[in-house]
Amino acid sequence: MTLLYTEVEEELRASVRDLLADRCRPDAVLRRAESASPYDADLWKTLSREIGVAGLLVPEEYGGAGASAREAAVVLEELGRAVAPVPFLTSAVLATEALLQAGVHEGLPAGGRDLLAELAAGETTAALAVSLAASPYRPLPPPVTLNDDGTLGGEIRAVAGADAADVLLVPVGTALYRVRAGDARIDVLPSLDLTRPIAVVTLSGAPGERVGAFDARRVLAFGAGLLTSEQLGVAEWCLATTLAHIRERHQFARPIGSFQAIKHRMADLWLDVARARAAARNAANLLAARPEPGTEAALEAEAATAVAKSWCSEVAVRVAEEGVQLHGGTGMTWEHPLHLYLKRAKASETALGTPGAHRDALSALADLPAPI
Amino acid sequence: MDEEAVRERAVAFLAGHDPGDRTGFLRARFDAGLAWVHFPEGLGGLGAPRELQNVVERELAGTPQPDPGTQAIGLGMAAPTILAFGTREQQERFLRPLWTGEEIWCQLFSEPGAGSDLATLATRAVRDGDEWVVDGQKVWTSGAHHARWAILVARTDPGVPKHRGLTYFVCDMHAPGVEVRPLRQITGEAEFNEVFLTGVRLPDSLRLGAVGDGWRVATTTLMNERVAIGGGPVRRGGGMIGLVADTWRSRPELRTHDLHRRLLALWVESEVTRLAGARLREQLAAGQPGPEGSAMKLSFASLNQALSALDVELRGEEGLEYDDWTFRRSESVDFFGRGPGYRYLRAKGNSIEGGTSEILRNIVAERVLGLPSEPRVDKDVPWKDLPR
Repeated sequence: MTLLYTEVEEELRASVRDLLADRCRPDAVLRRAESASPYDADLWKTLSREIGVAGLLVPEEYGGAGASAREAAVVLEELGRAVAPVPFLTSAVLATEALLQAGVHEGLPAGGRDLLAELAAGETTAALAVSLAASPYRPLPPPVTLNDDGTLGGEIRAVAGADAADVLLVPVGTALYRVRAGDARIDVLPSLDLTRPIAVVTLSGAPGERVGAFDARRVLAFGAGLLTSEQLGVAEWCLATTLAHIRERHQFARPIGSFQAIKHRMADLWLDVARARAAARNAANLLAARPEPGTEAALEAEAATAVAKSWCSEVAVRVAEEGVQLHGGTGMTWEHPLHLYLKRAKASETALGTPGAHRDALSALADLPAPI
Repeated sequence: MDEEAVRERAVAFLAGHDPGDRTGFLRARFDAGLAWVHFPEGLGGLGAPRELQNVVERELAGTPQPDPGTQAIGLGMAAPTILAFGTREQQERFLRPLWTGEEIWCQLFSEPGAGSDLATLATRAVRDGDEWVVDGQKVWTSGAHHARWAILVARTDPGVPKHRGLTYFVCDMHAPGVEVRPLRQITGEAEFNEVFLTGVRLPDSLRLGAVGDGWRVATTTLMNERVAIGGGPVRRGGGMIGLVADTWRSRPELRTHDLHRRLLALWVESEVTRLAGARLREQLAAGQPGPEGSAMKLSFASLNQALSALDVELRGEEGLEYDDWTFRRSESVDFFGRGPGYRYLRAKGNSIEGGTSEILRNIVAERVLGLPSEPRVDKDVPWKDLPR
């Protein structure tokens, strides 16, 4: 498959971009971030139902689009470019993927199948009740436990998208349970990322229905691989916005973008972003093939994800930080939307495995063993 | 022509020709249009899409191939320029022996006084009837001692601003007045040369492009050069990272935590650079390389330098040795050969040759990002009036 974008992917991009240009302008995102409801439920409804992004990864038999990670990645690029406060990553990617993988071997129970169909239709929004900081390469932090009466108990910190969810998918050991969001306590915390806040999810005797198996490494790696496309979108917006600024901004009677000291930094950033695009595309491409676990293709997809997540995380942060610096005093103001991107970039760097965690994973994946 | 037709053609060609006769085989391959399929028919190609070249390479793997070392300048720079700007006669005269390696090419661009500011070059070409008389000095000329021909940029009109007074020629390296002297490099060997041109007479039929259009022609060459230098390895874990990784895997006693951390970061950077190169090649599949190629060369240079430096450090005691300081002529340009010390020193040239990394950043900033140039004091001044 190609590292470029297909015509269908470009059409999907255009429809998402048009909608966001109309409904998700940076000043509106900033105002919403300061309000009591950081998620834009109306925008999410339009995106998921009219454009159909919620069901992209869901097979056609459940009413989804039967599309692949490649198309989901294109949507993420656009959502990143707009730091759109919608639960696409948390519901349509992470939760949906967890549900799909839960049913891979044993098939989904009726409750799981219904949920997939509701997710695809955009009627229900879900969240995977796992810390956003969880790494695919480490055991999950203290698990939720199954009580004797079949209910669930435990506390999960730093869950993204929980406050936007109707349904929580809760891992209990290697099993995945479905819990009504209304049966959990969800406390949103003041969060570094204003447009994707985190919450503490507390379950005390919450009724849950087992929907299948949970393979943390696979689900989280899939999410990490796709998150790189959102990071790419964040980086692209920061680069374009900074570029426009340094063309316009005059000091010493010249556009500051005519000084080599600044041009060279921009050239390096552009190069970093160009490589981020190739890496994110490659990860989406290999994940789209859905390789069988343990095969050569699966290892290749894991390596591509580790490469992309370590690279794109750092590039998004770097471009956002350089953006703030090159905007000068303006870059430090609350009024300018750059900080929304810096905050998203910095939080995404930690999300689903830090750059260091992904590089460490390459020790095994690229056969570069650590010292003995 | 589609993939299947190209494949059939390559299979039929292989069945009918003896790879044991290297020159004969390569000549016949050129004549069959299987040298570079995207070139026109009659000039070694089939007028087919560029990406179908891979089909030919797969079918003809293991047969004699052009030498990417000694023929680098001919294949990577002279050929695309001759194709874009040469007359049909020039194309028919030069491309076949260029491709088969029967004639080696070198590049007479840089001068002692014109490096990054190439357009300020001072080598003069003065018209004399049907001939041009060339006088000047060129430098950093790889392979000039093997070369039959050179691509040459010379000043034909000193009375106009620097970019406008240049003309592009093919220079006969066997002509009287061409003198090649080796130039020793920090590696100890002489891969480069100085070339002195004294009253060299070139027929007007060796001019490439219009008189005064030399800068535009040279720009085509330079963009192809950067893609040639920065094209990078096609295989995951190949190239310079492959050399270092092999040492790492086979010599566990050399490993430290600090080196491990840096190696993993460089492995990631090598891989994203390789992928960006692959993506760029997909974009270029149909057309000429754009300024994005310059960016690939930037990454390639800094990666090669970081990796070859790590390699020396990794080897500890052994890194203190050097294989051979003997002053000798190089057979070809080689970034990956010999020992780690050689590779470390040779890689220093990667951010200088084919456009310094500083100039390439300007190119990316101005042509890709559309940023304004620094104020230029020499833009509208006739070349002869420039301070020097």
